[in-house]
Amino acid sequence: MSHPTKASEFLQDAAKAKWHDETLWFVRDKRDTISKTIPEWEQLRELASQIKDNVLANLDQYLIQFEEKARANGIQVHWAKDAEEHNQIVLSILQKHHCKAIVKSKSILTEECHLNPFLENNGVEVVDTDLGERIVQFLNQPPSHIVLPAIHLKKRDISELFHEKLHTEKGNEDPAYLTHAARLHLREKFLGAKVAITGVNFGVAETGEFVVCTNEGNADMGVHLADVHIACMGIEKIIPRRKDLGVFLRLLARSATGQPITNYNSHFRSPAQGKEIHIVLVDNGRTDQLAREKFKNSLKCIRCGACMNTCPIYRRSGGYSYGSVVPGPIGSILSPGLDVKKYSTLPFASTLCGSCTDVCPVKINIHEQLYEWRQEITKAQGTNAKSISMKIANGIFAVPFAYKVTGSMMRGALKILPDSITYSGLNTWGKQRDLPESPKETFKDWYKKNR
Amino acid sequence: MSSRENILAKIKAIPREDSPLPEIPSFGFPMDHKAAFILSIQANKGEVITESELKDFIAINRFEKILNLAKGMESLSTQPLPSDAHELNELEVAIIQGEFGVAENGAIWLTDENLGLRALPFITEHLVIVLEEKALVSNMHEAYQRIGAQHSGFGLFIAGPSKTADIEQSLVIGAHGAKSLRVVLK
Ligand code: SF4
Repeated sequence: MSHPTKASEFLQDAAKAKWHDETLWFVRDKRDTISKTIPEWEQLRELASQIKDNVLANLDQYLIQFEEKARANGIQVHWAKDAEEHNQIVLSILQKHHCKAIVKSKSILTEECHLNPFLENNGVEVVDTDLGERIVQFLNQPPSHIVLPAIHLKKRDISELFHEKLHTEKGNEDPAYLTHAARLHLREKFLGAKVAITGVNFGVAETGEFVVCTNEGNADMGVHLADVHIACMGIEKIIPRRKDLGVFLRLLARSATGQPITNYNSHFRSPAQGKEIHIVLVDNGRTDQLAREKFKNSLKCIRCGACMNTCPIYRRSGGYSYGSVVPGPIGSILSPGLDVKKYSTLPFASTLCGSCTDVCPVKINIHEQLYEWRQEITKAQGTNAKSISMKIANGIFAVPFAYKVTGSMMRGALKILPDSITYSGLNTWGKQRDLPESPKETFKDWYKKNR
Repeated sequence: MSSRENILAKIKAIPREDSPLPEIPSFGFPMDHKAAFILSIQANKGEVITESELKDFIAINRFEKILNLAKGMESLSTQPLPSDAHELNELEVAIIQGEFGVAENGAIWLTDENLGLRALPFITEHLVIVLEEKALVSNMHEAYQRIGAQHSGFGLFIAGPSKTADIEQSLVIGAHGAKSLRVVLK
């Protein structure tokens, strides 16, 4: 299904769609506010970008160094070329420990590898322990946002779900009450698990340590109570030096949720006595993306989610409309690299306003890459003007140089356009697949009159 | 070819231009460290208290299961560190010595040496960290300078109590870990 079709499903519940839009804009706003309290903010973004450029240029060396150091620290290092091998490695560690139930903290990589269904098919119970992830897991859904997994749900939905699954009071929608119920439920799971799986935010080549950031403390509750910790890490998560963490930890939480740092930032260097730590280094298409000169920068992503919160299309179409593990602007440049046919409509799910590029803490040129993908996809599909993507590509939004000029104007307008315009069928990503008839007055004129 | 060799060979085969690794300046910090640190902890929904306020907190709540690992607070302890972290599930208060704090964000650095058991600051119902006033640095760059090449098997920045906003973005304190964080500055 294409992005426009799924977006129109999301927009059927207009009130919820409006809430989704406004809530994510609020998160974006918090990011703006806090970033302005750091005078060196732009310099930090530039440093982060340069560090990641250096990583991509020397990735093989850093991986070798990381492996050597981690091994010397007593960590067991595994390599997986694809999702299947990753899943097999995890399963074999579980089997070695006769483990039938695990707890898992947030890891987009394991979503990408579809680890949960794989383990469940092999008789392992998987419990996602991040509250938002547990909620969507109960619903048998994937996360709809990489930082805010259940942002597409309202408290009423969660209250009903918890009533059914955790026997909470019917109709009690108090977030504190519901969170407490989840705390009790998950505490039991933490106490019972012999193996815990986490993702990785940063792996440090210099020291062989890796860092995991959470606000809930769920990653740590899992791993410190279990005997075995398996950390699943995409190969692009490497950074060269320990001190580089200073730059990234200053940027990550501020960009993600507008807080100065996540409440828990754990640095794992070697296992506690009598315990094991395993790291699985995963390629799964990353080296292919690295080989694409135009798109390799997408590997600099630190998964803060800021580009989603700011994106006028993401906010108004929801994470599921993308149909990919990573949604939003960054997902729309990563996913076509994995399967260009399946994700051919994603690079068109953008106004090319450039807001994603403006907020990205590692300065990925997201909107330019979206435009590049459009060209690749259009080329691949021939010049048949009837193909969906061509229809959209021929529309007004496919003129990036024009949008470079008007980008900031557009951003302003997206905030001030009345709901009747943004939520009506005029929105390409809404009910209609084709671009709308040109309005009677041009946008430019309208803006002049209404600013 | 093993997957390791396969991945490394694929990367090697890609023509890449070198890109120098930048030096990181330490950047200035405009505020008084202590004032900024207190504001940061409060913004993270923690509290900065005195030693006597800590005693009141324990007395008023009639806590009975208290584990202390901080210097000079031994008399508050009611139980020793167990060998298995699962036995900490009922723990009401953990008091830990912090290495140093970061003014810009309220993060406090802890290592294996401070923690006894890595699960301790997470599994306890309430967490208290004792920090010396002179052990405050300005920002994360200075923090990593201070950590330097430290060799602890586990290191941790804690900046506040366990929290979540996963239900309609409403902030709830006490998701899985400690339901409160108090910092005793002395
Ligand atoms: S592309 Fe940039 S803004 Fe988007 S999630 Fe990644 S780091 Fe954050």
